Order: sequence, then C-alpha cells, then structure tokens
Amino acid sequence: MENNTLLQINNISVVYSDVIQILKGVSLDVTRSQIVSLLGSNGAGKTTTLKAISGLLKPENGKVTEGTINYRGHNIQNSAPEAITRLGIIQVLEGRQAFKYLTVEENLRVGTATRWGKPYRKDLELVYHYFAPLVARKHSLAGYCSGGELQMLVIGRALMAQPRLLLLDEPSLGLAPLLVKEIFEIVRRINEEQCTTLILVEQNANMALQIAHFGYVMENGRIVLKGDAKDLRENPDVKESYLGVAASGTIKSYGDVKAYKRRKRWL
Amino acid sequence: MGSLAWQRSKGFRVQRLQFHPCGNFNETYEQELTIFETDFGRLCLLGGLLVLFGIIPFLSHAYILYVINIIGIYAIAAIGLNLLIGYTGQISLGHGAFFGVGAYSAAILATKANCPFLIAIPLAGLITAVVGMAFGIPSVRLKHLYLTIATLAGQFILEYVFVQWGGLTGGAEGISIPTATLFGIDLGTDRTFFFVIFICFTVMTWMAVNLIRTRYGRAFIAIRDNDRAAEGMGIPIFFYKLLSFAISSFYAGLAGGLFAYYMISITPEPFNLWLSIEFIAIIIIGGLGSIPGSVFGAIFIITLNEILGHATEFLMNIGASIGLGITIAPLREFVYGLAIILFIIFEPKGLAEVWRIVRSSFRLWPFSY
Amino acid sequence: MEFFLQILINGLSIGFLYALAALGFVMIFKSSSVLNFAHGELMALGAFLFLVLSTWARLPIVLALLLTLIGSFSLGFVIERFFLRPLIGEALIEVIMLTVGLAIMFKGLMLFIFGGDIHSYPEFLPKALAFHWGAVEVPGVYVASFLAGLIFLALFGFFFKYSSQGIYMRSVADNQRAAMSLGVHVRRVFALSWAIAALVCAMSGIVLGIINGINVHEVSSIGLKVFPVVILGGLDSIGGAILGGIIIGLLETFTGGYISTALREVVPYIVLIIILLIKPYGLFGLAEIERV
Repeated sequence: MENNTLLQINNISVVYSDVIQILKGVSLDVTRSQIVSLLGSNGAGKTTTLKAISGLLKPENGKVTEGTINYRGHNIQNSAPEAITRLGIIQVLEGRQAFKYLTVEENLRVGTATRWGKPYRKDLELVYHYFAPLVARKHSLAGYCSGGELQMLVIGRALMAQPRLLLLDEPSLGLAPLLVKEIFEIVRRINEEQCTTLILVEQNANMALQIAHFGYVMENGRIVLKGDAKDLRENPDVKESYLGVAASGTIKSYGDVKAYKRRKRWL
Repeated sequence: MGSLAWQRSKGFRVQRLQFHPCGNFNETYEQELTIFETDFGRLCLLGGLLVLFGIIPFLSHAYILYVINIIGIYAIAAIGLNLLIGYTGQISLGHGAFFGVGAYSAAILATKANCPFLIAIPLAGLITAVVGMAFGIPSVRLKHLYLTIATLAGQFILEYVFVQWGGLTGGAEGISIPTATLFGIDLGTDRTFFFVIFICFTVMTWMAVNLIRTRYGRAFIAIRDNDRAAEGMGIPIFFYKLLSFAISSFYAGLAGGLFAYYMISITPEPFNLWLSIEFIAIIIIGGLGSIPGSVFGAIFIITLNEILGHATEFLMNIGASIGLGITIAPLREFVYGLAIILFIIFEPKGLAEVWRIVRSSFRLWPFSY
Repeated sequence: MEFFLQILINGLSIGFLYALAALGFVMIFKSSSVLNFAHGELMALGAFLFLVLSTWARLPIVLALLLTLIGSFSLGFVIERFFLRPLIGEALIEVIMLTVGLAIMFKGLMLFIFGGDIHSYPEFLPKALAFHWGAVEVPGVYVASFLAGLIFLALFGFFFKYSSQGIYMRSVADNQRAAMSLGVHVRRVFALSWAIAALVCAMSGIVLGIINGINVHEVSSIGLKVFPVVILGGLDSIGGAILGGIIIGLLETFTGGYISTALREVVPYIVLIIILLIKPYGLFGLAEIERV
C-alpha cells in the first residue's frame, strides 16, 4: 500500500437483508488530502459505498460480504460506526439531516461526540469562519433554518469532529445554483486549508469535477470508469451522460453512447 | 415426491390419502391457504378430538379436569386477543376487562333476566363485542403506544364500573349464579362442563382458523403489516379495526360467560389489569399470529401458574414446620416474571415456532432429508 | 375557601410528584421509544434501597441518599444491558411485555424481602419546612418534595441544555441515524437514559415514601398513573410531562374532594380518553410524521 493512500477499498460486495446485492465488487483508492468524487445515476450504489466506509450499513441491515476496506492500516469493513468515526471518518448524510429540535450551536456540539470531553471552542470558531451565515442563527432551532444554512450546518457539524476523511453525500441536493457554488467553494477551501481528504458523491457532476482531483463513475453497483478529474471532464461518455453536453453537439444514436458499457460487454 | 400414499377404492374414484411431501412449494393461492396440507393432519385432528372428548374427561382427576377447563376458557379468550394483536396489530390492554364484561353479562342475564344458559352465553359475547367496539373507537385516530394506553384507560374505567355500579353488578360482593342446565343436563360438575367448554373451544377455534382465510382475515393482516398501504389498497381500515375489536371482544365475552357459569360466583377482583397482562403473556409465549400458539400459551401459563402455586404452598409448609415465618408466595410472581422475560429474549416467536420446528424435524422421521 | 386551598395545595404537591415520576418515563421513551411498565417498580426499588440504607444500615441520611442514587443509576444500566438490548429492533408489544415481566419480577422480589406492609422512613426533615398560611396547613414533606422536584428539574434542564452528554442524548432522540453518523454511541445513550431514568425513579420513590410511607402495591400503582400523565402532556415532551402531572394531580384531588373518592382513581383515565380523541398526540406531543 502506498504511503499516501488514505483509504483503499478492495473489491467489496454489499448485501442488504442477506438478499439484495447492491455493490458487486467495488474497488477504489483515495489519496491523502485529495478530493475524490463519485459520480453515477440514482441507485448506482454511491451512497451505499459511503455507508460501507462509515459503518452505517449495519443499522440498515446491510453487510459487506466480500472484500476489504483498508483505512490507514485498519481493516474497517463491518465495524461499528462508533469505532469508525473515532478513526476520523465522518459521513455527512444525504438530505441535510440536522437535529431539528436542537439549536444550531447544539447541533455543532454533537459533532464533538467522537472526542467527548475535549475543548471544542476553537473548532466552533473554525466552523463559523468557513460558514459565516451560521453565526447569526447560532441560537435558533435548526428546524427553522433554510436549506442552504442547513447544508452548511451539517458540513460544519462534521467538521467539528476534526475528520481526516470526510464523506459528503450530495451536498447540492435541492439547493439554488449560486448556493451550490458557494458551498463547493467552501468545501474546496476546507480541503486546501485543513488538508481534509474528501469523498464527494454528487449528481451535479460538473460542479463535482471542477473541485475534485480524481473521479470514479459508478453504475449498477460497479465502478465503470475512473481517472483524473480533468480527464473525466473531457471524457465523451461522461460529458454525454453526466455533464449534459453532447460531444459533437448533435443527438447521437443510442448505440454510440456510453462506450465503456459496450466495451464491458465484451470483456 | 416422497409421499407415502395408500389407495382406497370408492366406486370408480380413487382417493389418495396424502402424507407429507418432501419440502414445501406452494404453487397456487389455494395451496397456501389450506389448513391441512395432508390427510395425515386431518387424521391427527380426528384422533386429537377423539382423545379430547372421549378419553380425557373420563380418565382425569377432578382437579386436573378443573385445570384443563380453565385452560380451555383462557384459550378461547386468548385466541380472540391473538386475532386483535397478532393478526390486526392493535395492542389492547383491556382484554381482561372485556372478559369481565362477558362474565358479568352472563351472570346478570342469568340472575336478573332468567336467561337460559344456551342464550346467555352467546348474548354475553355479543354484549362484550359492543363494549369492545366502543373502546375500539379511539383506534380511529390512535396508533401504537397511544392506542395501547387508551385501552389501558378502558381497562381501568371498566374495573371502576364493575365495582361501583352496585345495582347491576353487586359491587365488591359480586353475583352468585345458579347452576346451569342444558337440555335437562345438570352442568354443575367439572366433567359436564368440560364438554360445554371444549365444544365451544372447538367451534371458536374452527371459526378463528377460517376467519383468517377470508377477505376479513386478509384485511386484518394487511392492516397489521402496513395500515397506510392497506388504506391505499382500498381497505376501510377503521371498519376493519372496529370489526377486529368486536370479534376479539366476542371471544373474550364468550369465555368470560363460561367462566362465570363455571365459577358459580363472580367478583370484580379477577378482572383486573393483571388478567389483561396474563392474556398478552399467553399469546406472546404461544406465538403472535398463531391460533395453535394461543392454545399452547394458555396451557403453558395456566400450568405454570398451578405448579408455582403448589410449589409455594409446599415451601410454605416446609417453612412453617421448621419455624420460618417468611412468606414465599411472592417468589411465585418472581418466577412468573422471569419466565416471561426469558421467553421473550430467547424464543421471541413463541411456542408455536418450537412446535413448528419439532414437527418439521419429525416429518420424515426417521429418514429426514 | 380553606377547603379549596387545602385541596389545591394537596393537588399541586401530588401533581408535582407525578411530574417527577413521569420525567424518568419520558426520558426512556424519548431516547429509545420504550414504553416502560416497570416504572412503579423502579420507584419502589429506589425507595426500598433508601429504606435499607437509612434505617437498617443506619447510614447518615445524605450518604444513604447518595448511595441510593448511585445504586439505582447502576441498576438502570444493568436493566438496559441485560434485558432491553437483546430486544432492539423487536416488535413494540414484545418490548412492552418485557417491561411487564420486569415489573412482575421486581414486585415479587420486593414482596419477598419486604412484605406487603407499609414501611416508613425516620423523621429527618427539619420541622421548619412546614408552614401555616391562614388556616391552611402545608406539611413539611410537601415543601420538601416540592423543593426536591424543583432541584431535579433544574438539574435536568441544565444537563440537557448545556452538558455534552445531554446534547448527545437529545440528538439521538431527534435523529438516530444522523447521530450515529457523527459517532454518537447510540447504545450507550440508551443505557445512560435507562440509568438516569432509574435514578429519577428512585428520587420520586423516596419522595413518595416520605409522604405516604412505602408499600409495594401502592408505589407500583402510582407507576401506572404515569401513563395518563405522560399521554396528557405528549409522550416526548418534558415540559408536557410536568404540566400533565400537575393537571392530573389537581384533577384527582378535586374529584376526590368534591365529587367522590372512588371516582378519583379513574378520573385521569376518563380525561385521558377524551383528550386522546381530540388530540391524538397529547397536549404537547409531536405529531408523528408518516411517510409512505
């Protein structure tokens, strides 16, 4: 294992309720201090991959049945989420799941659960530094915050845990384009300034590939394409399917799309 | 198919007696619904009924017969509760009080209205069904815990009525009931009453087993599994919930009526929350959503009760003879509670599941698979 | 008028006691959605533990109280660990029956050790607590229970509002999955909520014991009174539990004082059914949001 690889997923399969197989042999590597984005359509298995890393499969009756997840020398597949979060992996759940009946600041304090008892003032300041709009809402209930504030809140909450590896699940979901841009900019800054490694799951492939260093494309529980973010942006298949730009500007026949899929068939 | 079959000619038709095939694979809905998969099951039932009515009452000691009778009465009520909790998913903590309503209705009908036994018993069931429906009304809007607590409130309110409506229920002193006669036969003895109880039991069980196979039973199960989805499929859930309360209370009332006649005199005391809890314990230990389970549960709980009663009595006698004045009676409750806990933790599917496992391992004995 | 005031004061103090008892109940329900039928028995266990330590072992009152609280706190942990944890994810009714089984077991145990008689604590409250207000007499125990209740409420308020553990517990109640994703140890939170609930139970059991003396049957029947109280206030609201306790307490004493003593016992349940028909989630409970 290379020294600057933070997380290495080797050929994992994930099965829910002992019957439904979602991931069929997924392998990916995450390099230290990079942003890796995971693209794919709905149901491709992106969220499941994140949950397999963070250990949140367990409460949903899912299990990693094959393969290993190696994080800094620990095999963490099927570990309890309490243990995994204490190693520095924090997942930001999809859909802005803030604690509605807690105030914004209390929400942020829950983020310190992995290192209970240690001072957290500095982290609060850091979060407020990145997410300035939260300062004004400090003492109001999270349930009354707007979508953008909530997204900032949940990312900030994860940041309170001082994560080494942050798993972001669809931060742009249902947000205005301008706001998405702002949040992605903050995410990029966090990555640069805090050296936090990120895995970013996104539908908004354009945005994601702009800030990411490396990208993977998933389909039907498999990784079908990987490469540097720059290369992926130029890849005709990705352009066609995820960036919404037809390479030649004309509508192609169905047989031409997704070259990797056709290749796969003959493998 | 690994079925053992022997043939019997009946005119031109050849009828096969089916024994158990190797493995279960139902291909049609009818197959899924059958009560007896094989003729062997039918034979067993026939044999069981013969033993029940032909042998047990004539062999048993009066005390054992008494215990068996109580088991029968409790089993009827428990089947009713299982229809409500196990099949419709509505938790009720008021079943003990409904049982009491049945007992009081029968007693009042017998003493005040001079109703004959044959009419008083089903009428007690019907009255209880109406009362049960009234207490089922909160289920329109309530679910889960809130409904549970509402039925708990029903239990306390009914208990209050039993004690306070002195003019009708005789207050704390209760009512004494004349011995019942049926077609000129005196029902005062354990043996004659045994037949009454177990004929009722057989009929009620048969009805319950078949109810589950009808559209009503399917609606109940649909409501239990997902009431929203059931509503979406066009099942009027309130109607069916009320119906379930009514049917379940009918069973409780009928059992209560039998109890009143059997006990000859009744007081409000036995119909307390404890009885409701005992009924729930019966169906949990027996197995939720299983009719035979309710019967097993009743057998288990009543037997446990009696054994614990005798054990404490025995220990008390020993204690008294060596001069220890401590009361050991509470230990009975301790063991009882422990039994419930252990059952829930280690056999959450109940005795019905144990029975199923035992049966399936004996199915092809000695050559299993 | 004096009669009215006397009843009012009695009702308030009983209501406060109910509120205190209901607190522990709401705590368990809020964090782990378990309906605890062994509540009264937990109260009685705490009360008897205090009795043993203060009168049989003759420890100083403060030490006895402290040991009782520690003991019941650990008892809560043990109950959660050995009885409830195996049932996480099981059906509602099985969990309910488990607590019923616990209730029966504890009751049997206590009846075996202490019998069904009324026990009472030695007098240890300062006489100065009692006071007269015109012709209305306020016994010292009422004042003491009121003070104890206030102190506990303040402690709880503080714990849940400002301490990290309290915030983690609220976060689990709010959104279990999100809490888990942040590394909150959810099972530990369940255990802690049982421990704290047992502690509150012990406290309310002791206060009840000071007022009425301790009798296993009576204390466990008070445990059932908790149901109308918490339903009235809404199962998941601490403020609602307090208000519900006071309403039920007043309702009981006023019915007992002006209408009939027999009705007193059922009035909470009658009101409960009426309220549930009008407001299915209690007065302050959060409506469950159901999505298909």
